[in-house]
Parts: sequence; structure tokens; C-alpha cells
Amino acid sequence: MRELSLHILDIAMNSIEAEATRVIIVVEELESENLFRIRLRDNGKGMTRDMQEKVLDPFVTTRKTRSVGMGLSLFKQAALQCNGNFKLTSELGKGTTVLAEFQLDSLNRSPLGDINSTIINLVMGTLDVHFMYIHRTDSGRFCFDSYWIFGRMAERDISFYKAGELAKEFIEQNLELVNSKG
Amino acid sequence: MKTLADLRAMKEKAKREMTARDENTKYRIVVAMGTCGIAAGARNVMSAILDEINKRDIADTIVTQTGCLGYCDQEPLVQVFQQNKKVVTYGKITPEIARRIVAEHIVGEKILTEQVFMQN
Repeated sequence: MRELSLHILDIAMNSIEAEATRVIIVVEELESENLFRIRLRDNGKGMTRDMQEKVLDPFVTTRKTRSVGMGLSLFKQAALQCNGNFKLTSELGKGTTVLAEFQLDSLNRSPLGDINSTIINLVMGTLDVHFMYIHRTDSGRFCFDSYWIFGRMAERDISFYKAGELAKEFIEQNLELVNSKG
Repeated sequence: MKTLADLRAMKEKAKREMTARDENTKYRIVVAMGTCGIAAGARNVMSAILDEINKRDIADTIVTQTGCLGYCDQEPLVQVFQQNKKVVTYGKITPEIARRIVAEHIVGEKILTEQVFMQN
């Protein structure tokens, strides 16, 4: 994948297929620690220990396990190529957490890319899932909650799609804010 | 500043609107968003569809995602569902074609025959 935000979309789709009702996505871009960290946590159906091992092996996963594929192993590979870490924790019936850490200045690290489109696509396409997106840098942090969209719809009496467009602008502005230095 | 009760009321109102939307839905557009679809460009396809629906102020259409459909070489795939009609699956979709699906299939009610991968 050319962008880390595409990996995020891919992993979050696993959460949706695992029947999660809440997905929390955290992106941390910390120059002070030379660290780029991505964390996704869901309350989906989780995985057995056996399955957790299988999903990380691109050659073992079969088509029969519909909800998993190559995604996690690709994500893990991306992190490890950047002198990073990867951790998958899951509990059956409770949910799954995926943690990927990258050396921020690694030449192998793909850019985050269009994270805004990733978040908006997830939120607009999956109304019954509550998404939270937190972005943190050395200069600050912001949080986007998918309920924001419902709030705007009710408050301004606008369509769902119009509210989605506003959400995109909102995320854009906040990303600029936390990415600006000082 | 809004109180918690205000927020709850807003959420309830939005939910009612969404239910009304579900009941009046004519078309459901599904973008395949498995690893294969995403790698092939499904995200830009979905963004284009959302944008086109918003621009045209279409109210009776739902856009959602699904996982791998098993035709990875045809990704990005987009399916259009309509009640009592065959499911139309479009293959190798670009954002430009995605916009045309909204304009011609959803608004114009005419299938883009040359882009159809499967109809069943």
C-alpha cells in the first residue's frame, strides 16, 4: 500500500466485518521521539490465539476465513521495514487491538497520505459503527467523533451527505492545526 | 454550549432521519473494500461516489462498503442494488467511472453496459 492511511482503512474494515460497534483509531506523529504510531481498537468479536497467528501469516490464510486476508500481514511488514514494532492483541468476544509503530524518519516509511478520506469513507459507509479518530502530534491533538455528523444534521437540518462534506472540512482544518509547529 | 440532553436529542433526531432514509431507499451502492479493493483504488472510488451524491443532492441512495467479493483481479468493484432488480456489479472502476455510475445509473436509471462485470 502506498499510504499508511490505506492500511488503516483496510484494518478498520476487519473491525467492521468482526461486527464491532465502536472503532477507535489513533495516529501519533511524534518528532520528539522519532516515532509514528498507529493504533486501532475495536469491540468486535475478537480472535482465538490460533487465528491471531494465522492472520499474520500471508501464506496460511485461506479464502474460507472470509473476514481476514492479507491486510494484517502487509501492515506488519510495513512497520517492521521501518525499524518498528507490530502487536496484535485480541480476546474472543471482547475485541481486537492492532498497534503498529514506525521509525518516523525511516526512508522505508510510506506517508500517512489521505487519512481524511479514510475516516470519511469509514464513517459515511458504516452508520451503525461509532468511530473515533484521534490525531496527536508534538503540537497538539484533536479528536473526531462520528456522532459529530448526526449533530450537524440535526442542528443545521442538512442531509447526511452534506454533513459528511462538513466533517471532511472539519478534519482538514484540525489536521492543519495539529500539524503546524508551535 | 450544549447539554448532554441536547446532544441526545440531536442524535435521536438524526437517527429518525436516517431510518426514514433507509425506508425510502431506492438504490444501495456497495464499494468492495477488502485489501485487494483498497490496493486497487477503492477509497478514491468511494470518495467520488459520496461527492457526486452530495453535489446532486440525491436522497434515496445509500453508499456502503463490503469486503473482498472474490474477484480481486476486477477491483475496484462497485455493486448497485435495487429492489426486484438484478444486482449490477461494475468492475475496474475509476473515480471518473464512479461519478458516471451516479449520474447515469442512479439519476438516469440507465446501466453503463460497457462497465458491467456481472449481472445476477
